[in-house]
Amino acid sequence: MKRSMSVFNVTTLTLGLAFLYLPMLLLMVYSFNSSRLVTVWAGFSTQWYGELLRNEQFLDAAWVTLRVAVVSSTIATVLGTMAAWVLVRERRFLGRTLFSGMIYAPLVMPEVITGLSLLLLFIAIGLDRGILTIILAHTTFSMCYVSVVVSSRLVSFDRSLEEAALDLGCSPMQAFGHVTLPIIAPAVISGWLLAFTLSLDDLVIASFTSGPSSTTLPIKIFSSMRLGVSPEINALSTILISIVAVGVVVAALVSKSQIARREIEEREGQK
Amino acid sequence: MDTKPSPAPFAPWTDPAAVPLIRFEGVTKRFGDFTALQGIDLQIYPREFFALLGPSGCGKTTLMRMLAGFETPTEGTIWLDGQNIAPVPPNKRPVNMMFQSYALFPHLSVWDNIAFGLRRAGQDKDTIKARVEEMLRLTRLDQFARRKPHQISGGQRQRVALARSLALGPKLLLLDEPLGALDKKLRQDTQFELMDIQEKTGTTFVIVTHDQEEAMTVASRVAVMDAGRLCQIDTPQHIYETPNSRYVADFIGEVSIIEGRVDSLGEEIGIAYAEGQKPVMTRTGGTEVALGQSVFYAIRPEKIWVGAEPHPDRINSVEGTIVDIGYLGDVSTYHVRLDSGQMIKALMTNAERYAASRFTWNDRVWLSWSRHAGVVLTS
Ligand SMILES: Nc1ncnc2c1ncn2[C@@H]1O[C@H](COP(=O)(O)OP(=O)(O)OP(=O)(O)O)[C@@H](O)[C@H]1O
Ligand SMILES: [Mg+2]
Repeated sequence: MKRSMSVFNVTTLTLGLAFLYLPMLLLMVYSFNSSRLVTVWAGFSTQWYGELLRNEQFLDAAWVTLRVAVVSSTIATVLGTMAAWVLVRERRFLGRTLFSGMIYAPLVMPEVITGLSLLLLFIAIGLDRGILTIILAHTTFSMCYVSVVVSSRLVSFDRSLEEAALDLGCSPMQAFGHVTLPIIAPAVISGWLLAFTLSLDDLVIASFTSGPSSTTLPIKIFSSMRLGVSPEINALSTILISIVAVGVVVAALVSKSQIARREIEEREGQK
Repeated sequence: MDTKPSPAPFAPWTDPAAVPLIRFEGVTKRFGDFTALQGIDLQIYPREFFALLGPSGCGKTTLMRMLAGFETPTEGTIWLDGQNIAPVPPNKRPVNMMFQSYALFPHLSVWDNIAFGLRRAGQDKDTIKARVEEMLRLTRLDQFARRKPHQISGGQRQRVALARSLALGPKLLLLDEPLGALDKKLRQDTQFELMDIQEKTGTTFVIVTHDQEEAMTVASRVAVMDAGRLCQIDTPQHIYETPNSRYVADFIGEVSIIEGRVDSLGEEIGIAYAEGQKPVMTRTGGTEVALGQSVFYAIRPEKIWVGAEPHPDRINSVEGTIVDIGYLGDVSTYHVRLDSGQMIKALMTNAERYAASRFTWNDRVWLSWSRHAGVVLTS
């Protein structure tokens, strides 16, 4: 059976995709422009990538961003997984509803408010703004995302597997390490990737919580934009887009294979 | 009923000096307001194959989970090997459980699943290897050692679960409906395999099952449960032949129950069950009854002889009409309505292939049975 799309569908799809990706595509194309003028095409060149590599400020900002992203997403993954485990496993404990509400609140909270409140907190406790404060801030908001991803996996996790591990001589910690964690690992990894990408492109929260010595890449780009668009920023953005795209695709692939495997296991594993 | 003392049958429960492996003392389990188990007193002896039988929701799994350590009794004490096990966490008990859902670890191969408990016990590599291979041989899984649980069949998975729970050599193995998912043939094979393993390893087994035939086949003793209580604990033969209540009689196998009043005492008592009908004459088998007491007379279908005339040697004979015939291949069950309206089931073996069943619907037949055929029940 042949199924071709109607003219209408083709048009909407094209327009939709163009709307989403044309600006980015344009930016990527112009990052290879040899002219300094952003709007005039003067031939192919990779010179802006070279300049970028010689720009200390950008390199510093990139290094800060990377460190923040790796550290904060790792901490967020540990905390988010623990929170998810407690919420799914311990059905009854004092303040459970409050706790679960508080875990998910930052998901819907406007970033400006999260950023502002964190800033006030850091000032109140006298913590100097720098890499540490950005890491704390990113951990705070990205652990909610990790906890959502991991708890959706834990909900369908067969409790009797943990009981079997206990039965065979594991302490509760060992049961988690030897049985639960390996099985939910794909969800934990996609949670980490999500937290990593979120941290990588966060501008709002970072600008509230960063100090003069710790500018992240998005902040750097944003501030240099005020002095006019330079092709270097195009090059930088192209690199960023590529990293994020790779991250998203890997996360999608991991969770897709996880779903496929889970389906097989659940279909075959039960009885 | 008296037990034969001949070549030392396995019956530690009749020996007052025998020390039970498990002892339940007044164990009650409540979930909130709901009482799942009520005043359980139970002794299970080493090397027993003990079956728990009862309708859904009567508390069988709860009882097992208390032995494994996943639930704690609300009241009462459970002793294992002379030790109160309430404070012992599941991972410290010499008990292993084979889960109803098998609960195999999906990320580990068959080999690693079986080795799991041995590794946690910190045994050295060679010991583990030897033990796992022994288990694989025992459960005939050698070829599947490297596969993951989702790459083997249901029956094989069940054997992996069994091997895994046996590997640690527990004192007590709990099997929660282990054969529920298997077809009849595989189930029978596995039942014999289980009995064989039990014989070889000397482990004490407690098995939960919905299938009374299975309980009768494998068990040294059977406990029949109802709504959180133990109704009767006895050998399969005693449970079948001398049930202690209508509930047990009805739960195990087919039975017809005649309700009546004791109208004569003596070596045989007479039970009058309907106006103008000869009373049922029966031995009491030790049941104390008084004249005029209302009792139940339970009789199994295979104890009744069906014929065109009364059987000359049987003390009880009564006439009725066949209302239904259940043909099962090897046997046929006749549902006979007596003239008093009482329904009686009778079983006949189909010994000849073409003796097209001698009786058919609406035939008048005589049912005859002896003075030992049924039991007198007071509850
Ligand atoms: N955690 C629990 N909370 C509340 N009620 C429970 C809990 N576990 C079991 N019950 C109740 O206790 C009763 C006994 O449950 P159990 O699982 O022991 O039944 P079962 O005899 O194993 O039944 P089945 O043959 O269907 O498996 C049931 O009525 C069940 O609803
Ligand atoms: Mg059950």
